[in-house]
Amino acid sequence: MSGLKKILGLLWIVLGPAIIIFLFMQAADKIAAASEGIARTNTILQWSIIILIFIPICTGLVIFGYYAWKGEYDHLPESSEELS
Amino acid sequence: MRSTESNVTQSITQVIAASSLGTLIEWYDFYIFGSLAVIIGQQLFPSDAGASALINTLAIFAAGFIVRPFGALVFGRLGDLIGRKYTFLLTLVLMGGSTFLIGLIPSYSSIGYAAPILVLILRLVQGLALGGEYGGAATYVAEHAPVGKRGFFTSWIQTTATLGLFLSLGVIVLAKNILGAKNFADWGWRIPFLVSILLVVVSIYIRMKMHESPVFSKLKAEGKVSANPLKESFQKKANFKMVLVALFGATMGQGVVWYTGQFYAQSFLENTCKLDFNESRYILLWAIVFATPFFVIFGSWSDKVGRKWIMLTGMALGVICYRPIYQYFLDATNVKEMQKTMLLSESEPVIERALVPNKADSLITTTVTKTLTNGMTFKESKVEVTTEDVLAEVPGVQTVIKDVTLSTQSYIMVIALVFFQILLVTMVYGPIAAFLVELFPTQIRYTSMSLPYHIGNGVFGGLVPFIATLIASFQGSTPLSGLWYPIGIAALSFVIGAVYIDNRRGDNVMD
Repeated sequence: MSGLKKILGLLWIVLGPAIIIFLFMQAADKIAAASEGIARTNTILQWSIIILIFIPICTGLVIFGYYAWKGEYDHLPESSEELS
Repeated sequence: MRSTESNVTQSITQVIAASSLGTLIEWYDFYIFGSLAVIIGQQLFPSDAGASALINTLAIFAAGFIVRPFGALVFGRLGDLIGRKYTFLLTLVLMGGSTFLIGLIPSYSSIGYAAPILVLILRLVQGLALGGEYGGAATYVAEHAPVGKRGFFTSWIQTTATLGLFLSLGVIVLAKNILGAKNFADWGWRIPFLVSILLVVVSIYIRMKMHESPVFSKLKAEGKVSANPLKESFQKKANFKMVLVALFGATMGQGVVWYTGQFYAQSFLENTCKLDFNESRYILLWAIVFATPFFVIFGSWSDKVGRKWIMLTGMALGVICYRPIYQYFLDATNVKEMQKTMLLSESEPVIERALVPNKADSLITTTVTKTLTNGMTFKESKVEVTTEDVLAEVPGVQTVIKDVTLSTQSYIMVIALVFFQILLVTMVYGPIAAFLVELFPTQIRYTSMSLPYHIGNGVFGGLVPFIATLIASFQGSTPLSGLWYPIGIAALSFVIGAVYIDNRRGDNVMD
């Protein structure tokens, strides 16, 4: 199980930036496709919100993957002494 | 001995009742906005904004979810510093006050874009308050609960979100039926917001009488209260890695299952399937009534078999079943096809004429009510534009289906399928408070558990209606395309949870 946790850790490290790139590509595509005026302003606003929210979350996913790769999750703490 | 046990049970019952009532009211406040998204959209934005009014209203609705993690940080820190009781008294006041004020905001026609901006600000206050509330209530109950029954006792807090939604739907349906559709759309939608202030006053009175959590009081007496809960939660790797695993392996998947089953289902039935306003709400109300006891059943069961696999099974079933369920919703309401072979009768047409804002064109709407042989009814409106300008390009006649009511058989089936989705909600949500409480030590529990909970629910879950509606509006997408968002997130969370989380029943929350 420890080996699987580490290997998947690499996947999470890659997945974080991949999601952000995918979101940027989608945003560019949809904004370009939106008609002029209010429709385009709305589309830019909506995609800005989505990207702004998901950047820190994807950063968290990369950190999670890094910890997994380093074996930090091979044993989960079972008491506060282990956490402090 | 038996008397002491009885006193403990009585005391925890009072703790649960007092905590749950306040939390239920906060959920009620938070959800009336979502339940009235279509009407609020019409009030806050220009009348010709069309679908973008709904998407922008859902964006304001989502903004309340997005700030929940910040509320978790601000009030979580306060809760770990000054105590659980006073912190969630404060969140209750903020939530009640902002909900009441939303009910007083003038419409777009009176104050223009100031209307959506003011509502957005109040919605953000609501989100901050809710971010502080839930973690406090769950921590407070868990720290009173006896060992081995934490899942059972905290599951009562878990029922409050669903019951808050139930209460909001009930008040809305009641107000609409009493006032009539037109009055409700004009001004009656404000009543559910204004009613909130009465509920909050009652809840504040009850909460004032509560005592501080015994575990926190002991910590305070011993001088062990954390000096900087935020720093301890997120700068210490040992804690931060637990925050991350709680988010990606549990609350993220739980959040999308919750909001798909209880929000997207209703939004889909009303906006995509064009079900009648009341019918879509009655379906959800019935499903909630039947499913709510399962929060306690799964919470209690998790004390015996562990939290992990109950939650993950709920996510896996969601991944597998969402598309077939929503395909059934589409098939059961496909009156365009059904009327080709099953049309029983058609009412006399009702013709409405309206001048469009340029005063040169007229909008003519011809509506007929149709009944099918299986008992279904719906309204079919043909909308056409006439113009005085002979050179103008006139758009063709548009046919709009609305107010679909189901046959008895389909009605029962749709209730059963929404019930099944809420059953999945009870699986993922019933045990999660106990799971999160047991993951973190007392000193930083309020802060540490609140953040992953509110990112999972507020951001991943709260964005389900907004992102799913957005995806479904893309060119080339189908009505089911929006489901890929909750399915993808739940699948990812299932894999992370299955690999990285222990199946614990954690006996010790006193350290």
